[in-house]
Amino acid sequence: MSTTSQHSDAAVADIEAERAGQERFDEIIAADSRIEPRDWMPAGYRKTLVRQISQHAHSEIIGMQPEANWITRAPSLKRKMILMAKVQDEAGHGLYLYSAAETLGTSRDEMVEQLLSGKAKYSSIFNYPARSWADVGAIGWLVDGAAIQNQVPLCRASYAPYGRAMVRVCKEESFHQRQGWEILLELANGTPEQKQMAQDAVNRFYGPALQMFGPPDDDSPNSQQSMAWKIKRFSNDELRQRFVDMIVPQAEALGLTLPDPDLKWNEERGHYDFGELDWDEFMSVIKGNGPCNVQRMQHRREAHENGAWVREAAAAYAEKQARRQHEAADAHLIGA
Amino acid sequence: MSFTSGDSATKISAGNAITPEDIIAAGEKAPEDVATYAMYLGDDALMLAQRLGHWISRAPEMEEDVALANIAQDQLGHARFLLSYAGSAWAKTEDDLAYFRGEEEFRSCRLVEQANGDFGQTIARQLIFSLYQYELFTRLMDSADETLASVAAKAVKEVTYHVDHAAQWTIRLGDGTEESHRRMQEGLYYMWPYVDELFKDDDLLRDLSERGIAVLPSTLRASFDARIEPILEQATLTVPDVPGAWGGDRSGNFSEHRGHILAEMQVLARQFPQGVTW
Amino acid sequence: MTESLNASWPLWEVFVRSSRGLSHVHAGSLHAPDATMALRNARDLYTRRNEGTSVWVMPSDSISSSDPDSKGGFFESPQGKNFRHATYYTKSEGVKHL
Repeated sequence: MSTTSQHSDAAVADIEAERAGQERFDEIIAADSRIEPRDWMPAGYRKTLVRQISQHAHSEIIGMQPEANWITRAPSLKRKMILMAKVQDEAGHGLYLYSAAETLGTSRDEMVEQLLSGKAKYSSIFNYPARSWADVGAIGWLVDGAAIQNQVPLCRASYAPYGRAMVRVCKEESFHQRQGWEILLELANGTPEQKQMAQDAVNRFYGPALQMFGPPDDDSPNSQQSMAWKIKRFSNDELRQRFVDMIVPQAEALGLTLPDPDLKWNEERGHYDFGELDWDEFMSVIKGNGPCNVQRMQHRREAHENGAWVREAAAAYAEKQARRQHEAADAHLIGA
Repeated sequence: MSFTSGDSATKISAGNAITPEDIIAAGEKAPEDVATYAMYLGDDALMLAQRLGHWISRAPEMEEDVALANIAQDQLGHARFLLSYAGSAWAKTEDDLAYFRGEEEFRSCRLVEQANGDFGQTIARQLIFSLYQYELFTRLMDSADETLASVAAKAVKEVTYHVDHAAQWTIRLGDGTEESHRRMQEGLYYMWPYVDELFKDDDLLRDLSERGIAVLPSTLRASFDARIEPILEQATLTVPDVPGAWGGDRSGNFSEHRGHILAEMQVLARQFPQGVTW
Repeated sequence: MTESLNASWPLWEVFVRSSRGLSHVHAGSLHAPDATMALRNARDLYTRRNEGTSVWVMPSDSISSSDPDSKGGFFESPQGKNFRHATYYTKSEGVKHL
């Protein structure tokens, strides 16, 4: 047999395997079953997942910052405690998600490097400042609320480790949204200054929270493929509508208003209509021009760089210990 | 919202340990001297929680953000128990005491007020203070004051973990790289002058310990030394040979840091009348 | 960046036993420099809400697993051997304690 024909035999076998893999993959997706890490999957599916899950993880990690900004100044010890637990959960959620993404063959080091070099994106909401205490409430209620709306369907994402991570995240996040709403409720029922603080925070976070679902469906080219792959189960606009329908009565219960003059119940549709969002602002913040993009990245880079000597030390110690155990075992053998 | 996952690894529960709210609900009114003692201990825990809270989002690795946040929450929990109990003597809440006392009214030791510095310096503070707290709470579990005894019984379990966390890191930094060894040793030098005051007795402590309520700090020193020395030895570090820093007692010789810590901690609460709710 | 390559920590798989009497169940993974720290990180990361009474960790690269592509062959044998299940034996229906 000539070398060329060997090559082409191998190529034919590859194509065969690819075809069989695709067939099996399509079957699993069609049956609404789950893809596990070692299953064959299309390269595009793997790439999309790595991008989406790592962006999600980065968002959790960067998302610690606006609230961590209030840990040392929380106005009561109970709130300080809750806030610490919440920001800690965000670190935990970032770790669950990195862990899910790593099953796709991309190391956390690579993902972190992409974040720190500015190549990877994270949710643009975290580039807005948490200036007042009420912002902590608005972030919990609106930002976590929007995140949960996104995440609950992701518990059924076709890629199993992602779904499993989301189950864990969703269980834990139900407290995040409630604690945020409660912060606002306390403020709304407090002094006029407190109520004003709450209203001001809601005014600032309403628009950016609605933008968390991503651009309108017409401008969201990747969405369709993600839905075909059953990673995404609902479109951006569907999720956004559900969210608006959910928060309107919640705002009423707070006695606060939502800053949208076009917001009104549409009897025919059975949904609330709402005004056009500022997509120029959205694109600008995504591109790096939000109020805090530079600050957020610097904070993350500093933490990573300041920690390098600690990570090195622990790795060096582990190596030393392994060597010592090895030597002790050798000495034991010689002694015997 | 309900999640019907059969995955037993994600089954969660709130646990059934004592909470600060239980202390208030119990309605015990602390005698003033006991309340002052609870304030000594509670202020230490509060200052440390405040310091550790600053690390969250800045730790050397993300897993460590989670670990430090756990310890900070434990310490804040101790502070809430102790300050709630202390406040009962004067009809004040934990927040009245945390947010509306001035610098000179706090009773924390200088060690917990020291700056975080780098991770080595923070671990040095953690190692010293957790070992001290471990010895203290182990004995305070037998206090004649039932509230203090029950708080100590909960706290000692948590502090056992803090000791382990600090010891593991001390060993890894001390016996890691040349740089980490240097930084860890420097951290110890920075913190060591504030070790002595942890074990200083005063009239209140003597009186309360005679009545079986407080633990006399000086009686904890020997076991503290006996525990910290082998850890430092394993870490190839030396016990700093430095005298204790002059001053430092709980009646008003506090560090320069305290004012800054309080300025930050109290800034929002003090913009509003005492008693508004959050 | 000042970080050298050896600063990265290996990946560990975490298994949590939620209560006595149950098996350890895979919970996820994490990074840690060694087994001692992996256990502590696992405790902090995967049992913040009383999820566990016991934790196992093991280096991810020490796990061997069956090949999903040979799924048909690997798991075929038990298929069709329904005589291994009690429901196969129907004649004893109505007879007690069988």
